[in-house]
Amino acid sequence: MKIKVRLFATLRENRGKELELSLQDKATPEDVIQELEIAKSDVAILLVNGRDGDFSQELRESDVVSIFPPVGGG
Amino acid sequence: MNGYAGKILRINLSDHTYKTEELDKDKALKYIGGRGLGSRIMAEEVPPTVDAFDPENKVIIATGPLTGTPTPAGGRYMVVTKSPLTGTIASSNSGGFWGSELKFAGYDLLILEGKSPKPVNIFIEDDKITFKDAAHVWGKIVSETTSILAEEAPDKAKILCIGPGGENLSKISAVMNDINRAAGRSGVGAVVGSKNLKAIVVKGSSKPTIADSEKLKEVVKESRGKLKDNGVTGQGLPTYGTAVLVNIINEGGVFPTNNFQTTYFDKAENISGEHLAENFLIKRESCFACPIACGRYTKADEVEGGGPEYETIWAFGAACGVDDMKSVIKANFWCNEMGLDTISAGVTIAAAMELYQRGKITDADIDDGLSLKWGAGESLVEWVKKMGRRDGLIGDKMAEGSYRMATHFGMPEVAMAVKKQELPAYDPRGIRGQGLQYATSNRGGCHVRGYLISPEILGLPQKLDRFAIDGKAEWVKIFQDLTAFIDSAGLCLFTSFAIDGEGYANLTNAVLGTDFTQEDILEAGDRIWNLERDYNLKAGIDPSQDTLPKRLLKDPIPDGPSKGNVTRLEEMLPKYYEIRGWSEKGIPKAETLEKLGV
Repeated sequence: MKIKVRLFATLRENRGKELELSLQDKATPEDVIQELEIAKSDVAILLVNGRDGDFSQELRESDVVSIFPPVGGG
Repeated sequence: MNGYAGKILRINLSDHTYKTEELDKDKALKYIGGRGLGSRIMAEEVPPTVDAFDPENKVIIATGPLTGTPTPAGGRYMVVTKSPLTGTIASSNSGGFWGSELKFAGYDLLILEGKSPKPVNIFIEDDKITFKDAAHVWGKIVSETTSILAEEAPDKAKILCIGPGGENLSKISAVMNDINRAAGRSGVGAVVGSKNLKAIVVKGSSKPTIADSEKLKEVVKESRGKLKDNGVTGQGLPTYGTAVLVNIINEGGVFPTNNFQTTYFDKAENISGEHLAENFLIKRESCFACPIACGRYTKADEVEGGGPEYETIWAFGAACGVDDMKSVIKANFWCNEMGLDTISAGVTIAAAMELYQRGKITDADIDDGLSLKWGAGESLVEWVKKMGRRDGLIGDKMAEGSYRMATHFGMPEVAMAVKKQELPAYDPRGIRGQGLQYATSNRGGCHVRGYLISPEILGLPQKLDRFAIDGKAEWVKIFQDLTAFIDSAGLCLFTSFAIDGEGYANLTNAVLGTDFTQEDILEAGDRIWNLERDYNLKAGIDPSQDTLPKRLLKDPIPDGPSKGNVTRLEEMLPKYYEIRGWSEKGIPKAETLEKLGV
């Protein structure tokens, strides 16, 4: 299946802003960060289709995974 | 007195006299300082029903006991007064270096009374107080005023002033200091303007005494370590500033767009913190004693200056449908120069754009070839200038803020405001605790009376389900109470991403020699919250105003990741009243006020 990954802030370095990944069925966000060589500890916010995501949830075709390092303020 | 300077400077602007008073230590420890102590003095000295522009209203400029000490980010001060925008008590917070300098001059608070017969500047150099004619700077923008007064001032003096917005009594005008730092919200600049006061120049020569210097070194080191190790204060804010929130909030579908008509801005990348850092950032800036340095200094064409912050980028950006960062940077710059609140200014323009969309403002009402179409970034600067100078029909109405402007044009419901103050950059339909906080904030629409974004979006100190209802009232109360303490102590709210109640107690105890616990700190915050609530009720702010614009209560988010949701405020409010110790109607019970000693 194909999914879209959006990266933000420092996670874009050497990876880009938006990627399309081809993954095996039942792949999870954990597989996504492994593929992209992102340490779990560098992920502060994980969204799947804009909603709070879980590293172990099964992804589906066309899902959008957004990954943020620690950021904040207002 | 440790931490505190121990003195209040009371200035009568009507006859240009002043006197110093001893700080009441017991009262100070009970209300801490800053916002809390300033509010206590307002409650004692200013009738809640006073008109904001009546000379009987006072402006209290208040530092906290940690302002000007080595505590991290301890450089804040508060402007406390009756708000012309909301009719509530106002307390607007600013950083930079002016607040600590006031402490160095030997004062915890300035109380400004009466009204000067003509424009005046006040120069404070320790115990030497001078009133000087301000005719030569009246009407001038903030940077120009600051430059002129710097020539007349002692070396390295710090300067606070209002811009044309405050002079022209814009109800969304700010008090500015150090050129681009703003006590922005609730129209506090207009109250200063109503008193014919243009600027306060201050230079001090003494540092506050510390109860236990060795202990303070230890807890400051520990606190700085926590700030450095924390992802938000150690990496996110220093690298990208607050603007990095643009993409986060937008990805969650809670980034209000076109005046809250939608909540996902498909061009958000163009106004993101990442885009700002790559293309416009010149350098980082920090306030007094702050290791975070979240401030940005940016350049766009001929304009360069402090900011823009996340809220500002949103207000002039997505709220107005604008995706041109240069226009946003320039609008921010001119807001600072005119001395206007960037959130209220941007949201007021957004409301004007919706009035135009709905035919309530027509081309015949608009002069100088300006546009009120969604996305009209090229007109933002001119609208800001018109707002600050009350120029033309639209500029004059914009200066009144969105609610009064929209009411004038016959459609008050387009004002995205609570208690007439414009809402900030998070749509509460998809962040429900933040919605409860907006509705109950003691100064109307505001995110920094309780930043529920921290747990509901950023996951700090723990992740909450942003759509959940259960438990949110409790979270809102704790955040509001802790924030009231931080604002009163003289610290920056951003430290709370990394420092908890116990950490604040340790810092405070080392400076003051007290033995506050975390519980004491939250109780002080609770006391301050109830004091403000009591003042607002006496001012005629009915609990029915603990609400949100109809759009956020009734109209589900139309599309994007948070589609289909409304705020569900009515399900959270009764619990909130209950845990506050208020009646079902939202009135603090006598026993609650007695228990807190309000």
